[in-house]
Amino acid sequence: MTTVSSAEQHTRRDFLYIATGAVAAVGAAATLVPLITQMNPDASTIAAGAPVDIDLAPIADGQIVKVFWRSKPIFIFHRTKQEIEAAQNVDVNSLPDPAPDSERVKSGHEQWLVVIGICTHLGCIPLAHEGEYHGWFCPCHGSQYDTAGRIRKGPAPKNLYLPPYAFLSDTKIRIGEESSAKTA
Amino acid sequence: MSGHSTYQPQNKFLQWFEKRLPIGGLIHSSFVVYPVPRNLNYWWTFGGILAFMLGVQIVTGIVLAMHYTPQVDMAFNSVEGIMRDVNYGWLLRYLHANGASMFFLAGYIHIFRGMYYGSYKEPREVLWILGVILYLLMMATGFMGYVLVWGQMSFWAATVITNLFSAIPGVGDAIVTWLWGGYAVGNPTLNRFYSLHYLLPFVIAGVVVLHIWALHVVGQNNPTGVEPKSDKDTVAFTPYATVKDGFLMAVFMILYAWFVFYIPNYLGHADNYIPANPAVTPSEIVPEWYYLPFYAILRSIPNKLLGVIALFSSIAILAFLPWLDTSKVRSARYRPLYRQFFWLFVISAVGLGYLGSKPPEGIYVIASRILTFYYFVYFLVILPLLGIFEKTKPLPNSISESVLGAKA
Repeated sequence: MTTVSSAEQHTRRDFLYIATGAVAAVGAAATLVPLITQMNPDASTIAAGAPVDIDLAPIADGQIVKVFWRSKPIFIFHRTKQEIEAAQNVDVNSLPDPAPDSERVKSGHEQWLVVIGICTHLGCIPLAHEGEYHGWFCPCHGSQYDTAGRIRKGPAPKNLYLPPYAFLSDTKIRIGEESSAKTA
Repeated sequence: MSGHSTYQPQNKFLQWFEKRLPIGGLIHSSFVVYPVPRNLNYWWTFGGILAFMLGVQIVTGIVLAMHYTPQVDMAFNSVEGIMRDVNYGWLLRYLHANGASMFFLAGYIHIFRGMYYGSYKEPREVLWILGVILYLLMMATGFMGYVLVWGQMSFWAATVITNLFSAIPGVGDAIVTWLWGGYAVGNPTLNRFYSLHYLLPFVIAGVVVLHIWALHVVGQNNPTGVEPKSDKDTVAFTPYATVKDGFLMAVFMILYAWFVFYIPNYLGHADNYIPANPAVTPSEIVPEWYYLPFYAILRSIPNKLLGVIALFSSIAILAFLPWLDTSKVRSARYRPLYRQFFWLFVISAVGLGYLGSKPPEGIYVIASRILTFYYFVYFLVILPLLGIFEKTKPLPNSISESVLGAKA
């Protein structure tokens, strides 16, 4: 028990221990940064995720086409008059994830619905023109979406997400950028 | 509980070696003279079977890795190449794929045995928790191995399981992107799963060492749940336990071989022979059979976040079992009420497995809600209360008395 007296008062050695330990801890934490960050999307993946231009002209009334952006399926739905009306004439407050149809499309282009085709539940790809609401039906766990891509029934918590996109002209969109519509 | 150092090698070289690294003595004291309760039944042989299955998976896995290509355009074809072109490739792959199922089967029996005989109770809490960690590692390893095949079920299982993390509020999407290494499940995901699938079995082997170490510190539980009190209560590990383990291992291998040689695809899903297609989800996604109970729990809850929480809690709750069960009596033999609730629990767990394989609609959803409810009530209500209210049967004075009668 001869060390009691030196343990009671802080010595130079205590300071050196703590300072060395703190520097080592910071160093260890800094080492984790590259080890963890390497798992995020790499430069080539990000580069391949650049915006894509889609020509809408060939898409017929009522047709839903599937294109890919950032390896995600994007549904482009050329809605008919009835389908637009069905989407607009819904009591917004009765929806699980309330959103009026006007928030789901670009104004002046109500016939075009562009959504990410991934069920917001657990990531399956819903089937088009199926389900009670004539939008999409997810075969995995039974989520149902309407003609505005809004969740109506089933376990999915959110409406189908909207990708960033803009109209370049009336028949052309660019998916991946929200604000490049200057050429329109 | 160590039969210590009676090991005296005759051979001069072994004597020389033993003085420098006493590994012979360690093996001798752990697996030869190590005392085990004399009344262990066949349910106690599954630990050895599990160790054997781990060995099978590592050996077959290492050779499969010599022929497999973890790249999205080649992975599926390389697996088909293993099946058709590689010498004995079909055998090695079927051993590995069915070996995973056998591994889980033995694991579930091992877990249920621990629950029935109260093997998680003081002083075996750490031993039990190491077992729960092993179970989690097995699940992660099995899942990633299934993804490597890169069929439709592989791809969509990877998508659904990684998307579980998107339920975490705020950082969920960032975590999922990090897991994927891209904007969807793709080549980076396959590559890292391959790396981890190769790593985790060795982590499992490491934790197995800790598990066995902890076992040898506290000693084995036994069907009476009464600790050995004298030499009359135990027998030497070799030959008694080794022969018993060896016999059931042989029986178990017959079952394993039956699957491998007669119904190698019975436990798989036909859709996994369709190459992965990121554009089309199969009409019904089903995980491998050993995850089905948890899948049923996930689907029984209509809210995404709560469903994911229920899924993870249903596994995590096992780690708290030593403290949730308040009864001082270990073995279900002497707990008449516990025994009934235990078998109901087994039925509900197996029932959830069945429901997990059915479409999430109508009566299946209602049934899985009832069984999920029982699953949690069993741990959180029944076990804590039983310890207080249950009238247990009298325990035998010793293991030898329970085996030989009071005259012994």
